[in-house]
Amino acid sequence: MNPRYLPLTATIAIFLIAYAVCIAQYPNMLSTRVIGNLLTDNAFLGIAAVGMTFVILSGGIDLSIGAVIAFTGVFLAVLLQATSIHPLVAFVLALAITTAFGALMGAIIHHLEMPPFIVTLAGMFLARGMAFVLSIDSIPIKHPFYATLKSAYYKLPGGGRITLIGGLMLLVFALGILIAHRTRFGANVYALGGGTATARLMGVPIGGTTIGIYALSGFLAGLSGIVFSLYTSAGYSLATVGVELDAIAAVVIGGTLLTGGSGFIAGTLVGILIQGLIQTYITFDGSLSSWWTKILIGLLLFAFILLQKGLIHVTDRRRRHA
Amino acid sequence: MQASTSILSATAIDKIFPGARALDGVDFSLHRGEVHALLGENGAGKSTLVKCLTGAYRRDGGRILLDGADVDPQSTLEAQNLGIGTVYQEVNLLPNLTVAENLFLGRQPKRFGFIDSRDMNRRAKALLAEYDLDIDVTAELAAYSVAVQQVIAIARAVDLSGKVLILDEPTASLDAHEVAMLFRIVRRLKARGLGIIFITHFLEQVYDISDRITVLRNGKLVGTRATADLPRRDLIAMMLGRELVQEVAAEHGAKGEGGEVRFRFRNFGRKGHIQAFDLDVRRGEVVGIAGLLGSGRTETAEILFGAERADSGTAEADGRTLDLSSPRSAIREKFGFCPEDRKVDGIIGDLSVRENIALALQARRGWARPISRSEQDRLADDYIKALDIRTSDREKPIRLLSGGNQQKAILARWLATNPDFLILDEPTRGIDVGAHAEIIRLIEELCGKGMSLIVISSELEELVAYSSRVIVLRDRAHVAELVGNQVTTDGIVEAIAASAGKADA
Amino acid sequence: MSATLKAYAVRLFPQVAALAVILLMVSIAFPGFFRLEMQNGRLYGSLIDILNRGAPVALLAIGMTVVIATKGIDLSVGAVMAICGAVAAAAITSGHSLAMTLLITLGTGILCGLWNGILVAVLDIQPIIATLVLMVAGRGIAQLITEGAILTFNDAGLIFIGSGSLFGLPMPVVIWFAFGVIVALLVRRTALGMLIEALGVNRRAAMLSGVSTGVLLIAAYVLSGLCAALAGIIAAADIRGADANNAGLWLELDAILAVVVGGTSLLGGRFSIAASLIGALIIQSVNTGILLSGFPPEFNLIIKAAIIVLILVIQSPRAQSAFVFLSRARASEKKTAGEAK
Repeated sequence: MNPRYLPLTATIAIFLIAYAVCIAQYPNMLSTRVIGNLLTDNAFLGIAAVGMTFVILSGGIDLSIGAVIAFTGVFLAVLLQATSIHPLVAFVLALAITTAFGALMGAIIHHLEMPPFIVTLAGMFLARGMAFVLSIDSIPIKHPFYATLKSAYYKLPGGGRITLIGGLMLLVFALGILIAHRTRFGANVYALGGGTATARLMGVPIGGTTIGIYALSGFLAGLSGIVFSLYTSAGYSLATVGVELDAIAAVVIGGTLLTGGSGFIAGTLVGILIQGLIQTYITFDGSLSSWWTKILIGLLLFAFILLQKGLIHVTDRRRRHA
Repeated sequence: MQASTSILSATAIDKIFPGARALDGVDFSLHRGEVHALLGENGAGKSTLVKCLTGAYRRDGGRILLDGADVDPQSTLEAQNLGIGTVYQEVNLLPNLTVAENLFLGRQPKRFGFIDSRDMNRRAKALLAEYDLDIDVTAELAAYSVAVQQVIAIARAVDLSGKVLILDEPTASLDAHEVAMLFRIVRRLKARGLGIIFITHFLEQVYDISDRITVLRNGKLVGTRATADLPRRDLIAMMLGRELVQEVAAEHGAKGEGGEVRFRFRNFGRKGHIQAFDLDVRRGEVVGIAGLLGSGRTETAEILFGAERADSGTAEADGRTLDLSSPRSAIREKFGFCPEDRKVDGIIGDLSVRENIALALQARRGWARPISRSEQDRLADDYIKALDIRTSDREKPIRLLSGGNQQKAILARWLATNPDFLILDEPTRGIDVGAHAEIIRLIEELCGKGMSLIVISSELEELVAYSSRVIVLRDRAHVAELVGNQVTTDGIVEAIAASAGKADA
Repeated sequence: MSATLKAYAVRLFPQVAALAVILLMVSIAFPGFFRLEMQNGRLYGSLIDILNRGAPVALLAIGMTVVIATKGIDLSVGAVMAICGAVAAAAITSGHSLAMTLLITLGTGILCGLWNGILVAVLDIQPIIATLVLMVAGRGIAQLITEGAILTFNDAGLIFIGSGSLFGLPMPVVIWFAFGVIVALLVRRTALGMLIEALGVNRRAAMLSGVSTGVLLIAAYVLSGLCAALAGIIAAADIRGADANNAGLWLELDAILAVVVGGTSLLGGRFSIAASLIGALIIQSVNTGILLSGFPPEFNLIIKAAIIVLILVIQSPRAQSAFVFLSRARASEKKTAGEAK
């Protein structure tokens, strides 16, 4: 088999095995209801993780997404509370702001030649700070349009529901896959992850692509913020702290190389589902404590880092002897 | 007469780097439908010339005509669009993309606004079919051997550019079969009328494929000849600059020969790096190592110093077995090593001249026994004076010094450890004439004090001047040892050419 | 000797100046800022408060400085703080003596550092990735130890570490200051500092010069783990309990920031522990200053972001080359002016 599919295959296998184990213990977990909830509960994380996948594929990192999600939530809540504009208009405004914010970070990374880690760390402080400035309280969103959106769902056989936000996440993943594999921008993202110097020699517009990647991540973080505000019907500046870490974990467990250049958007979906599954299992079990989630995810992370390291080692050796 | 018209001509190209003139009025012309070999040792200026042609560097003087029109490419991309394509030794493609993506990056065929992968793969397959390459274009580039990657890189370069193809050491890591495949392709492109510049250090390949040869040395043009009219021996002489030297072999004949053998290496080697060799070095003797680029010179140095661990053989000093399993243990055995690539393996750029000089001694003493600041100052000042290191003061970051002064500082680093055995890999490369002479004087002085030295150099007259014996390398093996009156530039050239001839047969 | 002293002064000037400006600005907004009072043999006042509250970040910054000097980064320190706080609380409540508790806790920190160090030095995994594992899993491990609750204790000795005082200063201040001095002396009075800088600038050249790069790398991460353990003990002692959820949360970012503010490059090489400690104080002064000056605390993060961006711009390779260009132009101007005379 082509070694580049190995991490993805491993991810899918882990998910299937884990799910089988869950079902063996709790047959109730084999229901469309559980699957529907898995999608709904992880929708915001999944959407943000698609952006993170692009960033990581290009060899970068974006620490700001948790803060941007919280900012978007507070921004929407404050706007809908203080003015009478329609939520859809507010959505567009929020997305415009977060996209510009991401583009700005990308521009700083490219033009000042600074490590993405520090630039997006500053972005994280700034976005969280802006959220605090808007409001430090949790503001409920009571607009009737929110209720309409929340009640929209597609009923699956067996009682499960694909909610609007769950469906939106799947759509974002589908679009993400399309962008990654069917556009020049997507090819350029992979090229950047393969090596900036070589990519430049081969004619890839480095600056434009870098700015585009962080703008996309900002846009998806904003979309994730909208979804999160729908999910919680509130905006709170202390929400979604550390979501960037969960997203990074999902990307790596999904088989993407943290150093960039190799991986699949679809893998991230499976990574998200594995994380969700662990949580669902712990809920079903009742006696297990929530901290096992973190420990298990840490272990999975470690396993995947080792797997990738091993793969690189093997390909290196094979090429040298070729 | 289409075939003999010039497609690319460069006249009086200058390129100046801070403190060094990398190219000095070099003329070069390439004909349509010819393979033109560009030869010279490291630092001769061939890669600088190529970079000026491909826009990677801006030239400081001279003209470049492509198809009779003045060109001044500002970037490799622009050169590529003008028609000059380049394929490097370390394939400049992206290993994580598929073969087809590599071929069509930035110009993928589209359908309804999206990349049409099927069409792209079909076209990639058709393109590679022209090169007799039938592979799965949807697999990652990394899945293929370097030879196949080279062909893919050539296909991309020709498809994009199509006038001039520059092959920069394309065969360095290929086996004979793969080289044959590559040459079939080169001949086919030549027949299509492309001008091909071929850079290599394998002389038999030069004779196999090239029509003309241009030799550079120390940034200057030595000459351009038709391959058929240039015997191998004369070519080596051109590359290594024998014409400058009048033999004075008799004088050095006796040098160091009287001393007892101090270091004895038996069957020393490492698979894939350097074939096992025997080597004796006497007290107060300089053993020179000669050979063309890629012959195993640096590999010999690295294995002697433990930078690559030997997997066979023994090393002894005065009858005592040496532990050379790592640089650290080699240093403990009083070995020292000035590497060839100063910038990557030698200097610690941000640290001061003082710290760079004190580093190896400090590392040997261990962290718990620091060299006091006053002692470091004295050490640095002493060596700055003794070796005439030109620096405004000892606290200047070493990266700000010129190449020659950096080299002297690294020499000082090792002299400070008072070594018994010092390995110098190309100690005089890329440094100005003054520093050059000083380093040679220093080598002779050290040898006079009883130190044993191994010096690797592509400057033959230099080797002859200070070596009592010269080991000749080829194809990662020690193939000859010249002693006494045999140590002449003629003798070395002869030995390299003879062994080359032998391998050809 | 005066030359080294002068070099030291030049190196620390920007940080000291920045700290002074910030303190002055706060004192304008809050007049009583510089007032110090002695009560029950202990100093009180806003300045002392800054020193005290800044203790965890200052301690983390010590280890982080050395790790960053090796061209690495340690994302796990916050999580290691939580683990060590939990271990300390668990050990003391299960009846171990104070000395034993401290020993176990510091040992835990060293183990965590060893894990990171081995991943980086032996398995050759990028530091940011290697330390991410413990960053993600660490807090879970801490919760596992405390079983999710805040594990409280009332051992007077352990509490003393968080809220006692020595020489008129709060214990945490004494600890970070003493530890900072010890580590600074350790790296500067031995050859460690120079060897670490050599390793950070050019690992291969350092290795070829005989520097034991692997051992040094592991040692750097072990030091960072040890610092995190100390910070974890202080954080737990301060609230008389181990809070696995919040102890050290996001402090790795503050510690990295302190090092960057201190002028140590993320690309490794030259480092100054004193400058990082001042960097930590700058961050704490901003935090405390905003609070005291009656500025809404919401602006805290925005100001922090602004400071980072400013430092980023100053330190960026592009800006640096512009500075070099300017200073060269000025130098050559001077030269020509001098020649004209």
